[in-house]
Amino acid sequence: MSDKEWPLYEVFIRSKSGLSHRHAGSIHAADDQMALDAARDTYTRRQEGVSIWVVRSSEIVASDPAESAAFFEPAEDKIYRHPTFYEMPEGVENL
Amino acid sequence: MYTQGLDQKGQPERTRDALETPEQLEAFQARVDAEEKIEAKDWMPEAYRRTLVRQISQHAHSEIIGMQPEGNWLTRAPSLKRKAILLAKIQDEAGHGLYLYSAAETLGVSRDQMVADLLSGKAKYSSIFNYPSLTWADIGAIGWLVDGAAIMNQIPLCRCSYGPYARAMVRICKEESFHQRQGYDIMVELCKGTAEQKAMAQDALNRWWWPSLMMFGPSDRDSKHSAQSMAWKIKRFTNDELRQKFIDVTVPQAEFLGLQVPDNECRLDQKTGHYTHGEIDWQEFIEVIKGNGPCNKQRLAKRRKAHDDGEWVRDAARAYAKKHAAKRAA
Repeated sequence: MSDKEWPLYEVFIRSKSGLSHRHAGSIHAADDQMALDAARDTYTRRQEGVSIWVVRSSEIVASDPAESAAFFEPAEDKIYRHPTFYEMPEGVENL
Repeated sequence: MYTQGLDQKGQPERTRDALETPEQLEAFQARVDAEEKIEAKDWMPEAYRRTLVRQISQHAHSEIIGMQPEGNWLTRAPSLKRKAILLAKIQDEAGHGLYLYSAAETLGVSRDQMVADLLSGKAKYSSIFNYPSLTWADIGAIGWLVDGAAIMNQIPLCRCSYGPYARAMVRICKEESFHQRQGYDIMVELCKGTAEQKAMAQDALNRWWWPSLMMFGPSDRDSKHSAQSMAWKIKRFTNDELRQKFIDVTVPQAEFLGLQVPDNECRLDQKTGHYTHGEIDWQEFIEVIKGNGPCNKQRLAKRRKAHDDGEWVRDAARAYAKKHAAKRAA
């Protein structure tokens, strides 16, 4: 049965122009166009979006949560990236 | 909705549980206690995963089967307005089923497997949908009571520890309020109508009241999944707590309609501020769950037929996609 299952697509919706697309869920569809149509019918029945992206779930490359400590470690010791790292002298304004 | 936590035969063996260390389980519980959301790829105990797969897929199946009692009245809705509303509501139920299947799939179970389990009768769905919708007033009662009970159940699920389920529930809860209101609106209209119409409304309330109370699942005395689900923050309230909340908000709504809930023991306890209620017929509940409700066989037969009748559509879509993919490749 499972070789007959339509591919899985992840659905991303831009709720209004100016905002970024946001993951909404997933749907199964036979091809890209049908995936868009199904995503519209499933996730935007109340005008929740002005734009939809669909992407085959198998095409998404994700980081591994179990490795996240090591993966994000390089950013940990760079506290000088934050403005609060710098103490501004008394009397200087607008910085 | 529909999270009665029903047991399912043929649960996977507890083999993988044995590989889990106490440290892992402790760290997991600490994340849950800190109100962190668990996401699909995060480590989780097998029992947590199994509980969620069971609950979310039962919930999804309930949405799908739940289209049938209402679909029964689509062609006989009393006006075009009511028909359009009912059609939109039923389409929402299909959508809810899809959101939930999508959430369950993040736990590693395939859509085909879930559908196969529903069609074979292995998977359960909410007991409520095995009752018949005999008159138009039932459509009012279903929206008001069944969706009302669903909302009571689903609002706390928006804070469930499992991220994809919680997010699906947020989406569903936004849509559910329309469902309940259109139902109550039907009841209001019937109760303002002729004596015969009001009697229809009372009859629908009589038949749907007790099954609606059963939607919250077994009494806390007998609920085997409750304690663990509460610890994992899948559930936030016990079955009896949610049932009581539902009774407390719904009885005054019935009084407003000039209707009476079919329970002689139902009265406001001035001391506690809660409505009391009579004993629920748990034997009936068990029978419906076991497959012996008034419509169990009919519901499954109809779903199987719809699935089989739709096969050529699924095949055609796949053939079309294949043909075009081949063309593009050429």
